[in-house]
Amino acid sequence: MIENAPIRRLIAHLVLVLGILVVAFPIYYTFVASTHTLQTILRPPLPLLPGKEFFTNYWQALFGGIGRIGGVGVDRLLLNTTIVALAVAVGKICISILSAYAIVFFKFPFRMTAFWLIFITLMLPVEVRILPTYKVMVDLGLIDTYTGLTLPLMASATATLLFRQFFLTIPGELVEAARVDGAGPWRFFKDILLPLSRTNIAALFVILFIYGWTQYLWPLLVTNDNQMNTIVIALRKMISFADADTEWHLVMVTCVLAILPPILVVVLMQRWFVKGLVESEK
Amino acid sequence: MAEVTLKDVRKVYPGNVEAVKGISIEIPDGKLCVLVGPSGCGKSTLIRMIAGLESITSGTVSIGPKVVNQVEPADRDIAMVFQSYALYPHMSVYDNMAYGLKNRGTPKAEIDARVKEAARILAIESFLDRKPRQLSGGQRQRVAMGRAIVRKPQVFLFDEPLSNLDAKLRGQMRIEIKKLQQTLGVTSVYVTHDQVEAMTLADVLVVMNEGRAEQIDTPIAVYERPASTFVAGFIGSPAMNLMKAKSTGEAGLDLAGGGSVKLREMSTPEAGRDILLGVRPEHMSPAPETDADLLLDVSVIETLGADTLAHGHVAGGKPGGGELVVRLPGSTRVNVGDRLPLSIQPGMAHLFDASSGRRI
Ligand SMILES: Nc1ncnc2c1ncn2[C@@H]1O[C@H](COP(=O)(O)OP(=O)(O)OP(=O)(O)O)[C@@H](O)[C@H]1O
Ligand SMILES: [Mg+2]
Repeated sequence: MIENAPIRRLIAHLVLVLGILVVAFPIYYTFVASTHTLQTILRPPLPLLPGKEFFTNYWQALFGGIGRIGGVGVDRLLLNTTIVALAVAVGKICISILSAYAIVFFKFPFRMTAFWLIFITLMLPVEVRILPTYKVMVDLGLIDTYTGLTLPLMASATATLLFRQFFLTIPGELVEAARVDGAGPWRFFKDILLPLSRTNIAALFVILFIYGWTQYLWPLLVTNDNQMNTIVIALRKMISFADADTEWHLVMVTCVLAILPPILVVVLMQRWFVKGLVESEK
Repeated sequence: MAEVTLKDVRKVYPGNVEAVKGISIEIPDGKLCVLVGPSGCGKSTLIRMIAGLESITSGTVSIGPKVVNQVEPADRDIAMVFQSYALYPHMSVYDNMAYGLKNRGTPKAEIDARVKEAARILAIESFLDRKPRQLSGGQRQRVAMGRAIVRKPQVFLFDEPLSNLDAKLRGQMRIEIKKLQQTLGVTSVYVTHDQVEAMTLADVLVVMNEGRAEQIDTPIAVYERPASTFVAGFIGSPAMNLMKAKSTGEAGLDLAGGGSVKLREMSTPEAGRDILLGVRPEHMSPAPETDADLLLDVSVIETLGADTLAHGHVAGGKPGGGELVVRLPGSTRVNVGDRLPLSIQPGMAHLFDASSGRRI
């Protein structure tokens, strides 16, 4: 749309800038708070400019944190969270792309039943089935394990449906050409379907990584050992009821550290999937 | 190389749709067989059964001496060119052509040699590194052909390969396909609904209608002796004139639209029989009024340059009855409203049974 009315453009930009401010200000504020001493934070008003304690605070959070978050360093928390987010994202993508592959390209008995079963689970998020799932995890002895943290989150109806929708747009003649070219089911998947889906995979990976990264309820339930906490859980545990007992400056540092990896993933993957989008077939 | 034999092939789709109702064709080794017919007549279904992409309800398809009904497409030693070309969008032109060979475990050096050779034949050497979307329609078409010929198959299958090209390019590619098929000497089946393509390419022409083969013959025989009114109307442009008539025995035919026609150098069916008289527009010529078989009241003239088409109806008949088209030499000057005396060239009338539509 090409608009030549400067006033309208100005208003549009004002609205956008306002939106950015509303979204970005709390994040900026978090960053500012992470560079001040606890005393400065607790004594209002909080300065709007970064303070001088950047290195001290971050150093302390990263390497002097023993005993502060139940004896676990931020590095361990970040590692846990990364493992969980990666496992959830990769696991979800693998499972859903394979099930969509089966549903779209293979004829087997009860194919539509399988499809509808997957579809129905859309209506059952983790929270709804949390008790039975927890019971299963306890019985299997998976409490405080990475398997327990990630496995119940892996099946994804949404991703399966997305892949199914995409696979349905692949022309039948392309599939047949591959068949004539002697590509069996596995070769077709590996050589044709995966490369064609890379844009979708990249987009889903970003979404699912963040989904895994920000999980709260389930990690809270299946971890007792502080060693297995994710950073979101640890953040919660760092905050005591009494304001004075909470080391807000370190909480803020942890917050910033918790935000960084998802941002990194978005930034890195965005370049990748925009490239995929530009290159994709007309 | 191998001949392709279809014996009484039928295809019933789920839902009891009978798309192919028993077709037998023998395609000699190295010949090109064209399947032509209107949309929905089962051409694609038939060629896809030969390819192995569609199961065969009954009958047999053989390639060479071997019945291939139960053989996977990849093992039938065929190569197919699809209407949409079906190139792999994420692979370079080179990889598109090499993919089938790679899957067969052909040694790298040989793949390279074959791809380069095919690229040379098709003049696409300079595009080998490009992706399909960076090519024009005609170039993609060549790549699709290249993908077929690198395989050195026993049979080429083409399903409307030229229908996405513009008219000029279609004409060029048609000739190239013909040349290529003749130099390689590979038995081919070619589906089209374009009658010019069908006539020019075919060694064996199969005119299909509603799942049946109306006529299987050489193109010229199909043109000269159409087996039914359907074939007569389908092959030839403008289509053959078909007029309802009643045989009067020795004297000739009475046209239902009015007027009568004498048949020359042809036997006349028994008197009283209802028939359809077919005459191609190019087989009528202006004649002195005394020799004329027909008088045409001209109502529309199409000047094509080389030819002039005169549309009208038979004089002496009811208006609207007995519509006719005649192709005149471009130099002929006619005007709307003229009454044109025409004679049917000797032996060039076709007689069909009025009820069955079959040739008499
Ligand atoms: N998968 C299918 N299931 C049921 N009926 C089908 C199926 N595929 C084709 N048909 C029917 O079979 C008939 C023949 O189809 P086919 O595709 O062979 O026609 P065609 O001659 O190739 O036509 P066109 O020139 O339009 O490509 C049609 O009536 C079509 O509706
Ligand atoms: Mg078709």
